[in-house]
Amino acid sequence: MPEQRVIDADELILKTERQRKFITGAQAMAEAVKRANVDIAIAYPITPQSEVMHLVGDIWAQGYLRDYYRAEEEYGAMSAIAGAVRGGARAFSATSGPGLLRGLEAIASWPGHRIPVVLGVLTRVVNAPLSIQPDNVEISYLLNCGMVVLHAENQQDVFDFTLAGFVISEKVDVYIPVAVCTEGFFVTHAKGYVNMTPEDLKLPPRDPYKAPVPPTDCEIPPARIQRDAPVQKSNFMSYLIHAVWQQEIWSSNRRAMKYINHYLGGPIEVVNEDAEVFIVASGCAAAQGREAVRYANMEGLNVGLVKVKSIRPFPEKQIRQVLSNAKAIIVPEHNIVGWLAKEVKACIPNSDAVIGGPRVYGGMTLPVELIMEKVYDAFGIKKSKKVVV
Amino acid sequence: MGLEYVRISPGFEKYMPKDYVDLVQYGQFGKEVDVQQLGQFKELVEEHPMCAGCFMAYFIRVFYAALPKPEDTIVIGTAGCARLALSQAAVPFIYGNYGDTNAVASGLKRALNIRFPNKEKDVVVMAGDGGLIDIGFGMTMHSWFRRENFTTIMVDNEVYGNTGGQESGMSPKGVQLKMAPKGKQFEKINAVELAKTAGCVYVAKISPTNPKRIAKTVRRAVLAAREFGPTFIHAYTSCNIEYSIPTEKVLEDARKREKQDFGFYEWMTDEVKEFFEQLERAPQEVKA
Repeated sequence: MPEQRVIDADELILKTERQRKFITGAQAMAEAVKRANVDIAIAYPITPQSEVMHLVGDIWAQGYLRDYYRAEEEYGAMSAIAGAVRGGARAFSATSGPGLLRGLEAIASWPGHRIPVVLGVLTRVVNAPLSIQPDNVEISYLLNCGMVVLHAENQQDVFDFTLAGFVISEKVDVYIPVAVCTEGFFVTHAKGYVNMTPEDLKLPPRDPYKAPVPPTDCEIPPARIQRDAPVQKSNFMSYLIHAVWQQEIWSSNRRAMKYINHYLGGPIEVVNEDAEVFIVASGCAAAQGREAVRYANMEGLNVGLVKVKSIRPFPEKQIRQVLSNAKAIIVPEHNIVGWLAKEVKACIPNSDAVIGGPRVYGGMTLPVELIMEKVYDAFGIKKSKKVVV
Repeated sequence: MGLEYVRISPGFEKYMPKDYVDLVQYGQFGKEVDVQQLGQFKELVEEHPMCAGCFMAYFIRVFYAALPKPEDTIVIGTAGCARLALSQAAVPFIYGNYGDTNAVASGLKRALNIRFPNKEKDVVVMAGDGGLIDIGFGMTMHSWFRRENFTTIMVDNEVYGNTGGQESGMSPKGVQLKMAPKGKQFEKINAVELAKTAGCVYVAKISPTNPKRIAKTVRRAVLAAREFGPTFIHAYTSCNIEYSIPTEKVLEDARKREKQDFGFYEWMTDEVKEFFEQLERAPQEVKA
């Protein structure tokens, strides 16, 4: 491995010259971890995530990380992550579908324990029937945990979100975990161009004393989260303290927005902001939405795209503003429940304009033609032959 | 550093609570105490909300007095009775989720090793039979298989005491408890043998009738974990509420169980044995 030099986070993420590589999403995530000065990574196998933690294991073996092990299962892995982070280390793990749900009790407690960490979520079907295929319904289970949830469209996003995720999660006024989600296989196992920061530069190490809740390391008086009344007693003070603690988690979540603006260019990306009809999409569906905008453009239809990068905090104001004059809003998704459509409907006054779908799930791909059908419907166009190109 | 963080910043002595000032001046930070002097020094845990006559509370009191380096110790617990006292002690305490103690301790100990490779920082899990052998079983066992350097102490009251008296894997066969309305159908799990098989380097089983012996066992378990690998103490700490043991009969019950199935048992690897032989002989040589 090359000797790595520590460089300021803003310099590394925003200013260094980037090198273009053609790599998989799994590689992009591991490459970001390599540059993030991670102390410990804890792995547990599950398809399609495994590839990420194999690669992270390799970079540990090369000396980029201080510690790495294969845990007993996801609940153990996510609990050990909590222990490592409370001990002051910078940590990383990744999981998929059923693994995420198995670890969810621990993961959902991270924000309350004030655990700044990055978790890769490489989505797949949640069993049963057993399947390992792409589907992102699992993201809906993360939405009410309090953590920051980013959804990557492609390999480049995976790299950028993962690297910035460590910085965002450790900001004193945030200090909650960041989930970097992307579609398994479509992104993890497919290659794309990724502009990467230099391999010999890394983030500064975690400073666990720059924290709203100090680490438990016997170097500093500990935070006594569990002491006395707060959560243990049945009286009004204990209810109040727990309520305030929850409020603080969600305030922290909202405060992450300014760093999402700073490091990721904002929580949304808008293509053709004067469009009549918008496609609102996140993750892989945004890539297909982007293609649909191109198709529509070829046909002279005024269609735009809102790509949502940050699901939590959810950019309500920004989305409301962009969609204020939209005639119709199409929300293509890789799941059956339509969690993104619900989020969009809840934040705009004209929720009737939302066309929930197309939705694919269980491993299906999302052909652009499916989105185009909704576009034609939105414009009232009747076509005998709907396939465009 | 441990002593540094418990120390009161100059000028603040008169503003700190008296209990804290006493703890620093007359407590066990930075020195070793003799458990037989309990009551003559400021203890790490004093007030706690555990039931009157609780033998677990007594065991925990002796446990804290026995810690070789309380200012550099982190205790990890889980849901159950023990954490009611553990969270009141003047030793950092982490209370995670249900049954996660040995996974959290694994991550924590590794983080401390990364950050402070040249400092001794002790991690001790203290959890119940439910937390360690039922819900946390996999994590308990795997922390031992991985040979993580921390101590696990099971305070076994043979029941989910804090949750309301349900059967646990450590309840004796035949005992009628909640969720076992016809009596427990299978034997008490042999945790000590599991610990030996799974790779613990020091294993002890104890009915806490003799404070000096408790202290020696705790101290050995912590020191061996520091140097060699996982260590385990299985302590009988009766639930006088769920098992209806009159308060004045709690010690009598512990003695009865000591004769019955909780006779003191200590096992360690040869290298740990050699380590203690040297360590425990040393002070006498100094005196001579």
